[in-house]
Amino acid sequence: MDVILFLIFAIIAVVSAINVVVQTHPISSAVSLIGVMGSLAVLYLLLGAEFIAAAQVIVYAGAVMVLFIFVILLLNAGAETKRGRSFMVQLLGVPLLIALLGLLVFFVDRLFPRSVTVHFGGFSGGSAQAVGRALFTTYLLPFEVTSILILIAILGAIVLARKELD
Amino acid sequence: MHPITTVHYLALSAALLLIGTVGVLTRRNIVIILMSIELILNAVNINLIAFSHALRSVDGQIFAIFVITDAVAEAAVGLGILIALFRNKETVQADEVDLLKW
Repeated sequence: MDVILFLIFAIIAVVSAINVVVQTHPISSAVSLIGVMGSLAVLYLLLGAEFIAAAQVIVYAGAVMVLFIFVILLLNAGAETKRGRSFMVQLLGVPLLIALLGLLVFFVDRLFPRSVTVHFGGFSGGSAQAVGRALFTTYLLPFEVTSILILIAILGAIVLARKELD
Repeated sequence: MHPITTVHYLALSAALLLIGTVGVLTRRNIVIILMSIELILNAVNINLIAFSHALRSVDGQIFAIFVITDAVAEAAVGLGILIALFRNKETVQADEVDLLKW
């Protein structure tokens, strides 16, 4: 069951991610990115990270993607015109990429023990209670600093995007 | 059937990271470049949560929350810059922005 769920949603995530990069129109990319975020939320649930899965759906698939689609519609961004790539890139790009991925996975496999199996419900330390306790005790200072980061980001976004008044 | 291990999640993360990198390097539409950056940050999150599960500790998930927060802040500021850029240059293509090119 876990294997089937993992395979289904991992394949959806990878195919949607490839679609994000391949599509020429930004709206198609944005919709594919929502697919990636949703399937990743299910994978987080399999890992026992309930709170992160909920945050993933609400923050990424909700807020961030609405922001992206809003900006795409606002700027009326059309499809990207294809521009020719060099012969070497067309010939070697994808095989080299797959070789690099294989190399990465090979080394990760060698370095990390295979003993830790993942099955649904195997780890329940990701509830909102556990995350909140860690966030407000051990990681209180980083949490508060993050609020300053968000404040600066809000100010920056408003200052950058406002119209110049004369 | 083999059970799913942490290595499988790390492999998925590596795949998303590489796809996102390709998107950043090859696409010219700035909106899609920003989306590819989101893909890369999500790949990081998979790693953090997979290790959180492997080590039976909640710390990795806290880091994932911080990564999500950073990603949202980055998207907001990036899209703000994009709107300011569009107001000045009327384009969202990264290769048509050559204000600093001599």
